[in-house]
Amino acid sequence: MAGLELKAVRKDFGPVSVIKGVDLSIADGELVVFVGPSGCGKSTLLRMIAGLETVSDGAIRIEGADVTHMPASDRGLAMVFQSYALYPHMSVYANMAFALENMGVAKPEIAKRVQRAAAMLRLTDYLDRKPGALSGGQRQRVAIGRAIVRDPKIFLFDEPLSNLDAELRVATRKELAALHAEIGGTMIYVTHDQVEAMTLADRIVVLNGGRIEQVGAPLDLYNRPDNLFVAGFIGSPRMNLLPATMDASGALLLAGRALAGAPRGLAPAGERLTLGVRPEHVEACAEAEADLVAQVDLVERLGGETFVYGAAPGDLALTIRLDGQTAVARRESLPVRFSRSHLHVFDQTGQARRPDIPARS
Amino acid sequence: MTGILRLLTARRGAGRLHWTDWATYAYLGLAVLLMFGPVLWLVLSSFKTPAALLEFPPSFLPMTQKEVRVEGYPQPLPLFSVTMEDGSTRELAQVRRVGLIAQMVDPKAPGTTVRVAADKRQPVREMAFAVSNYTEPLAKYDFLRFLENSLFVTLIATAITLVINSMAAYALSIYEFKGKTLAMLAVIGTLMIPITIVLVPVYLVVTEMGLVNSLWAVILPGAATPTGVFLLRQYMLTIPRDLIEAARMDKASEWRIYARIVMPLSAPALAVLTIFSIMWRWNDFLWPLAVLTKSEVQTLQIGLNAFQGELQTQWHYLLAMTVVTLTPVAIVFAFLQRFIATGIANTGMK
Repeated sequence: MAGLELKAVRKDFGPVSVIKGVDLSIADGELVVFVGPSGCGKSTLLRMIAGLETVSDGAIRIEGADVTHMPASDRGLAMVFQSYALYPHMSVYANMAFALENMGVAKPEIAKRVQRAAAMLRLTDYLDRKPGALSGGQRQRVAIGRAIVRDPKIFLFDEPLSNLDAELRVATRKELAALHAEIGGTMIYVTHDQVEAMTLADRIVVLNGGRIEQVGAPLDLYNRPDNLFVAGFIGSPRMNLLPATMDASGALLLAGRALAGAPRGLAPAGERLTLGVRPEHVEACAEAEADLVAQVDLVERLGGETFVYGAAPGDLALTIRLDGQTAVARRESLPVRFSRSHLHVFDQTGQARRPDIPARS
Repeated sequence: MTGILRLLTARRGAGRLHWTDWATYAYLGLAVLLMFGPVLWLVLSSFKTPAALLEFPPSFLPMTQKEVRVEGYPQPLPLFSVTMEDGSTRELAQVRRVGLIAQMVDPKAPGTTVRVAADKRQPVREMAFAVSNYTEPLAKYDFLRFLENSLFVTLIATAITLVINSMAAYALSIYEFKGKTLAMLAVIGTLMIPITIVLVPVYLVVTEMGLVNSLWAVILPGAATPTGVFLLRQYMLTIPRDLIEAARMDKASEWRIYARIVMPLSAPALAVLTIFSIMWRWNDFLWPLAVLTKSEVQTLQIGLNAFQGELQTQWHYLLAMTVVTLTPVAIVFAFLQRFIATGIANTGMK
């Protein structure tokens, strides 16, 4: 059972191309998160799947059937909107029952399904209220309830948590994860928040400028980013990206010094590369074995961890994550060393170079 | 009740009346007088007899001279207050008047008549409501029929207007199609054509359709009003697109989106259009006058016109029936006025 398949899907608004050919296959029961900066086309892609935007080129298949030009109402999908889009003149019950009425479901069955969804979402006490009398979190749950009563082929979520405050967002995120575990179902979730993406997704699709940058499990993207964009986008604080190069012997040169123990021979000698290393893979060390010595500009003490922002000679900005609490202070110099097994190397075009991905000649 | 009282005695601060309070109340009082004075005058005048209407100086309340029945006289006699030669005043009924001398009789002693100088007597007046101003035209001129016709035209035409206009507005606000702006401009463009210009062509069309002297001739030509389409479209544009899309995702047909989502959410604009449509239809004069020539299909406004003859105007009937004509619209306003304020504020219509 294939949940959803996108084949070279394109979307053009006049001369502007918003989705520039997307191929993607989503398995049944999978929770896939579309993530990317604003304007990357993730919401447009979701609306194309929903049938709310026309497809300029390519094909969309749901459960094997071509739905490319099918109207939204016939696709059997449910969508949770960023604005919730609850019908303000209907009670919570009527909001959740509306789709079932449209489908011609019998009244007792509607009541049963709405009650079940309401119990699942802790909305039983609010069924008679109008959406205007609910808090933001409750409205959010009604919007989700409206989707789950229908038992749709695919759930679509368009930035559903972005109108909630930080605390509620975390709580609702957990509920959504629990909900997916409980009811299963294929879900596509759009967000610009990479924490939501990392915590919820079975697979993440990173979009940028209307193209897919990388598709993979959250930790795959984190551990093995295919390109500079994904490396910079996934992970918070951002990965340190430092200019580097290869010398004639195949050793990686950083700030003019060869990094002993770093992967060798990833690029032709003299090619300009970017070395990526995540803040948690930078460790404080003795000056003798340091790769760089950073001048500390700012220290953020979070209790359990400490983030140190600094710069090494040659204007190399560095973010360093240290475990626990340390005495490092502003203007001190901090010798650091990069964990050799967690180095990422990117070529001039931004593509990752790994020993298992041979350099393109 | 206490709320109204508090509103009427509201003032600035808690202490003595500030001069701005005086100014405000004077200004508001003047406004009340300007707005309600003519209406009150109309209502009170509608209860006056034809003689009292022509009286000078005019009286505010409907007054007539008191008449009494005196034994031995077949007609009721007008009652006067007479100043006698000895200075006392008596109430006497006048039998007849010849020149400067009036022959009068005491209703308590009908046997003897008294001769009184005409300038020594004052008519005794009392308040009397000439209800016949209302009952006679309602019976004699079939005003109930006119009322029925007016009600029919107003209600049916308003219902049709609401349905047609809201559907046109739905298409022009929710759908995207080629020529949408052109269609909208064409609709608005018709606002610039006054009815007097299209009167003759529309009359010809109505005649061809055999609708003359049918109430449908009044109802149908004005069913789609550009004002209504424009008003509703502007309002529907403010309904979030997400709601329409959510309904589409909820497998709602276009008819259901129209009926269950867009119409209820457009209620304030629909209320405003209802009020305007009722007023337009109820007060419509020129077009009904042109197409309704038989009295059994005439509306109230045409019926009122009948009292205004070339040589003589039956003011007492005209005034009374004007009150009858005003009352339903006033009631509609009273019930729907809370929608008017919010609706007009939301739609920007005046």
